Amino acid sequence: MVSGSSAEDHRYLPDSVEQAVKLLVVGAFGVGKTTLIGSVSEIAPLRTEETMTAASIGVDDLAGLAAKTTTTVAMDFGRVTLNPRLALYLFGTPGQRRFWDLWEGLAEGALGVLVIVDTRRLEDSFEVLEQLELRGLPFAVAVNHFPDTPRHHTVENLRQALDLLEETPVVMCDARQRRASLDALITLVEYVMRSAESAQEVPV
Amino acid sequence: MTGPRGAAPADYQDTPLRPYVLTGGRARPSRNTIALDTLLVATGPASDLPVSASRQERALLRMCTRLLSLAEAAAHLELPVSVVSVLASDLVDAGRLTARTSIPPAARPDQDLLQEVLDGLRKLR
Repeated sequence: MVSGSSAEDHRYLPDSVEQAVKLLVVGAFGVGKTTLIGSVSEIAPLRTEETMTAASIGVDDLAGLAAKTTTTVAMDFGRVTLNPRLALYLFGTPGQRRFWDLWEGLAEGALGVLVIVDTRRLEDSFEVLEQLELRGLPFAVAVNHFPDTPRHHTVENLRQALDLLEETPVVMCDARQRRASLDALITLVEYVMRSAESAQEVPV
Repeated sequence: MTGPRGAAPADYQDTPLRPYVLTGGRARPSRNTIALDTLLVATGPASDLPVSASRQERALLRMCTRLLSLAEAAAHLELPVSVVSVLASDLVDAGRLTARTSIPPAARPDQDLLQEVLDGLRKLR
């Protein structure tokens, strides 16, 4: 797509960066993960692949396939250099049950998770939300707006429909808009800070 | 969940291929500190590598002439992350690659770091 040495130079981080942190962007296929990542990222979203072995995949999904099949899961990701010493990576990952083992590795060291939800297919999100609550990963929910998104949904009735904890943040978002996407991420990080603080208050 | 009827979602693909030939049959890196967001940079030119080094190791070292995350290196090289993490781990062991590690998995991020992330994001608005 882009060639030439200037494009090559552009792919690298400033040498001053000492540390990288990551956030996960999780959601069903086509829900807007890559759109959100792309609207915030300073590089065009990159695609990388992770392989899962047959043993970690639900048996039902493999019916009729050779036992040694390897599943390649695509992850789109982007990058933001937050200040001269700190870079943030945003990793998009599919939310289906068969990929949860993949996240174990991904989620390790992640600051938090932004779950993108499509109100036309709320049921796609139930499993992933339940799993995040079980694993105790701090997450916020961003409801992505599509042209035919029903207008009658409010944050409150979505929270009820998704059966979320009271403290879990829910934001309406247009993933195509940089500012809206940034706001969703800011809401997530603010929430992570609040939950980290309250965790510290618990006597050891 | 799936796209058009009968079509597999573009999020994943099942293949019978095993890429571990590239890593001498190993599926796991020699160290567990290399994550997707670990930053890598070469300590010297790829020409310094012993003749026994593989094409992929050379390619990775060339890719990391300047600072880049493991995920980015894998994406640019069009190799699976799991493969590149094995290669990177070997090169770190051999002193050819420096890794600036991310948060240790066991440690919780501190408030100062979170505040830094928040400030950075707010500045971008």
